[in-house]
Amino acid sequence: MIQEDVVCSFCGCLCDDIRVETNDEGIVKAKGACRLGSSKILGHGPGHGRISKPMIRQDGELVEVEYQVAYDRAARILKAAKRPLLYGWASTVCEAHEEGVLLAEEVGAVIDSTATVCHGPSVIGVEEKGLAGATLGQVKNRADLILFWGCNPAEAHPRHMRRYSSNSTGRFTPEGRKGRTVIVIDVRETRTARLADRFIRIDPGTDYQVISALRLILAGKAEILGDEVCGISKGKLVDLVDILKKARFGAIFFGLGLTHSRGRYKNIDCALSLTAELNAHTKFMIMPMRGHYNVAGIGQVMAWEGGYPMSVDYSRGAPYFNPGETAACDLLARREADAALIIAADPASNFPRSIVEALAEIPVIQIDPYENPTTLLADVVIPCAIAGVEVEGTAYRMDGLPLRMRKVIEPVHPSDEEILKEIRESARRLPDDH
Amino acid sequence: MIIKGGVVYDPANGVLGEEMDICIDAGAVAEAAGGPTIDARGMLVLPGGVDAHSHIAGPKLNAGRIMRPDDGRIGTEPRRGLCRPCTGYTVPNSSAIGYRYARMGYTTVFEAATPIIESRHTHEELEAIPILDKGALTLFGSNWTVMECVGEKDLPKLSAYVAWGLRASRGYGVKIVNPGGGEAWGFGSNVKGLHDPVPEFNVTPAEIIHELARANERLCLPHSIHLHFNNLGKPGNYSTAIETLDLLKDIVPSRDRQAVHVTHMQFSAYGGTGWRDFESKAPEIADYYNKNDHATMDMGQIIFGSATTMTADGPLEYANARLLHQKWSNHDIELEESSGVVPLVYIRGSPVNAVQWAIGLELALLTEDPWKVLLTTDNPNGGPFVKYPEVIALLMSHKRREEEMAKLPELLSKRSVIGSIERELGWGEIAVMTRAAPAHVLGLKEKGHLGVGADGDVSIYEIDPREVDPGSDPALVERAFTQAKYTIKAGEVVSRDGEIAGIPQGRTFWTDANVPEEDMARLMASLKEKFEKYYSIQMSNYMVQEAYLSRPVAVRAGVEVAQ
Repeated sequence: MIQEDVVCSFCGCLCDDIRVETNDEGIVKAKGACRLGSSKILGHGPGHGRISKPMIRQDGELVEVEYQVAYDRAARILKAAKRPLLYGWASTVCEAHEEGVLLAEEVGAVIDSTATVCHGPSVIGVEEKGLAGATLGQVKNRADLILFWGCNPAEAHPRHMRRYSSNSTGRFTPEGRKGRTVIVIDVRETRTARLADRFIRIDPGTDYQVISALRLILAGKAEILGDEVCGISKGKLVDLVDILKKARFGAIFFGLGLTHSRGRYKNIDCALSLTAELNAHTKFMIMPMRGHYNVAGIGQVMAWEGGYPMSVDYSRGAPYFNPGETAACDLLARREADAALIIAADPASNFPRSIVEALAEIPVIQIDPYENPTTLLADVVIPCAIAGVEVEGTAYRMDGLPLRMRKVIEPVHPSDEEILKEIRESARRLPDDH
Repeated sequence: MIIKGGVVYDPANGVLGEEMDICIDAGAVAEAAGGPTIDARGMLVLPGGVDAHSHIAGPKLNAGRIMRPDDGRIGTEPRRGLCRPCTGYTVPNSSAIGYRYARMGYTTVFEAATPIIESRHTHEELEAIPILDKGALTLFGSNWTVMECVGEKDLPKLSAYVAWGLRASRGYGVKIVNPGGGEAWGFGSNVKGLHDPVPEFNVTPAEIIHELARANERLCLPHSIHLHFNNLGKPGNYSTAIETLDLLKDIVPSRDRQAVHVTHMQFSAYGGTGWRDFESKAPEIADYYNKNDHATMDMGQIIFGSATTMTADGPLEYANARLLHQKWSNHDIELEESSGVVPLVYIRGSPVNAVQWAIGLELALLTEDPWKVLLTTDNPNGGPFVKYPEVIALLMSHKRREEEMAKLPELLSKRSVIGSIERELGWGEIAVMTRAAPAHVLGLKEKGHLGVGADGDVSIYEIDPREVDPGSDPALVERAFTQAKYTIKAGEVVSRDGEIAGIPQGRTFWTDANVPEEDMARLMASLKEKFEKYYSIQMSNYMVQEAYLSRPVAVRAGVEVAQ
């Protein structure tokens, strides 16, 4: 069977034009998807490291159990914990996120997403300055200048440039790449940089100074600057500001190069300010390059459910938000979390080593279709259907545009949403013991 | 359920302060009923409150929440009883929106603006709001297809697009915000007036408004066009308001209602040439409304204190942010709209804010017919909806207004007429502005009244209108309206003395309008091209799927209904 216009569940681009071919054995083709996307869509079979049965760790070994046993064990762990952490959420649908918030309320947990180790600083920057954004279609139809800062879409978001940004065509951009100026600012010459019209290499950790210099030049105060800013000649920066000002519609995309270098949220604050200030001269927008396909969605769901987009502590019964205190890594670094439920993420691969060590010391429940390094330190492992391939539901693209993920094949396992609901119901049946 | 012996105000049915019983059977008002009895003796009984214009769901709301963790902290309430935790004051979480409206006696609230392509988000949030019945108005004012149909003077095709857009967004009515301006803002400019052509599209705001109004009536939609004027928020803009209203005099409503609803009129009733000589032109606007019957408005009253402005008027928000040195979010939406969010504070010491405050009240007090003026704060643009009781007290009490004016700059008396207005609105007029009129303006036949067959939505307030004089006791009025003794939704008590007692899932109204097949076929050809060339998503993924409305109510409309 052929299914048209399937939404890809790999990255924040949410390409929705994938042609998926299935037969009795499952998905056999994902036409139109990039290599990252097709490996995700095609990687659903048992040969791809799928977990087949729920497991509970006994005497150091994971032993297969029935689902209900795993649900009850998970509920008991969360209920007995004083400071449970519900973490992950980037690779599942919003319907599961909503259940996650309900579970956090039920057991008084801290709920946090993988944004905490990627675009968390961007969120804090937005709290300071707001964000001048647009949907990706605006970029496609209007942008004649594109600036990639600290991101490498050619490798991390392979279809971004063709579908939405530098190489796309639209109403006011009929010439596509030819009619656009593409600039890359990064600490190394990435593949994206090699495709650009202009590449400006900056020293690691100098983003804040460079953006500040651009803002000074834009404000007409170039004379304050010395001849060089962090190794870049002033003339080069003055030229750059001139190019930005002359654009008809400019778009800045930024990645972890900006959020995770020295300055972190201050870098973002500075970049958001630059964008706002450029609007006094021409039209400009800015967008974070979100990684996992629905990491934007968990932020949206948490915001409408509890008022804040990440790192929310429900232990007092009311949402409390203070990243730096209530983010997953903060909690684990202080050895405060005494149990964790990890869903749709792999912190054992992505957290700093000392934080992973803290995670290894506490009971961990994992909900995931696949085995991954987090499985090695999990005490309860609950396999789920793959959201976006085997389960339908909502995901938010990097620009905030929501799409409905399709169910392409029938799942064998329950969905994240169903699992979370079962755990919550099991937790409700347990008496309050603290 | 029987509500016994209350003092009932049901102006839609000519009931003004009669002591009578209200029976609710199977969720609707009935001649007789069994079941529990509520003793409402000595209490004010009204139909459930209806808010026809409030920002309660969608991308703008979340943009506000995310950029305002400071606002989140205000209004924090822990999980308690049936209630999930709450946060926020001007941008509360979805649960808080439902509980707080219900506590005030409101049972129906319409989201004021949803862009079609992001309507899935709007419906996700609407579904997350407990208790209330709701709907969403769909944005059409800067839409490429709309402007092309207007340019081609193809009314049947435009009507087909409006019908399709309402279906795609599961929207209820046609919202128009700064028509043409959203498209111009795509390249950082704006339209300056009704006859200033939209760049690249060669149509004017006047043409967009007029043709959308014609399409609206051709489709016999339950609601009229819902219009946010051009030049909103600018000194001297009252002339744009009157010019636009004149433009719509020839529109013949297809149903028993207005031809145009003008939203948050306060922001469009400004005189002066700049902020220094800024003054109220509410008397001119009210005078126009007193002489003409084709339009209604809502107040857009401002409340001193914190607000979060959010609108599809992108250039306006940019101007707000520049003027006030505030943080600024902007979100332009491909082929359809712009939008922005800016937090701000209305300050008593500011002459401009004081005049804005006066204008909202003047509009309501100088317009003779309360059916033409709905009570709103354009939540949360003028202030949060939880302040409606304060607005009611101000409208009902000259004394209350004088107390407030004493705290405001003296300049106010030169720039407005608020001090000279003696009128105090009565219980019946408040019932019209918060119940009967919003339901009528929206075309919701079973809302806003207590006749047999109406929805069993009732609010009961612990105040005896026969004994309390609101003019001299405004504090009693404000307190009573802040917390209903009982709020009843479809025959179920949902709030009692401020405690949430039931959390039913509300319904979502949307308009299902039919158009002739040949019109739809012509439209599809041009839409297909748009999706192939310009949209960043596929047409098959565009429409809001049925999964997003758990309790939909499709209101039938369309060309056939009109004939």
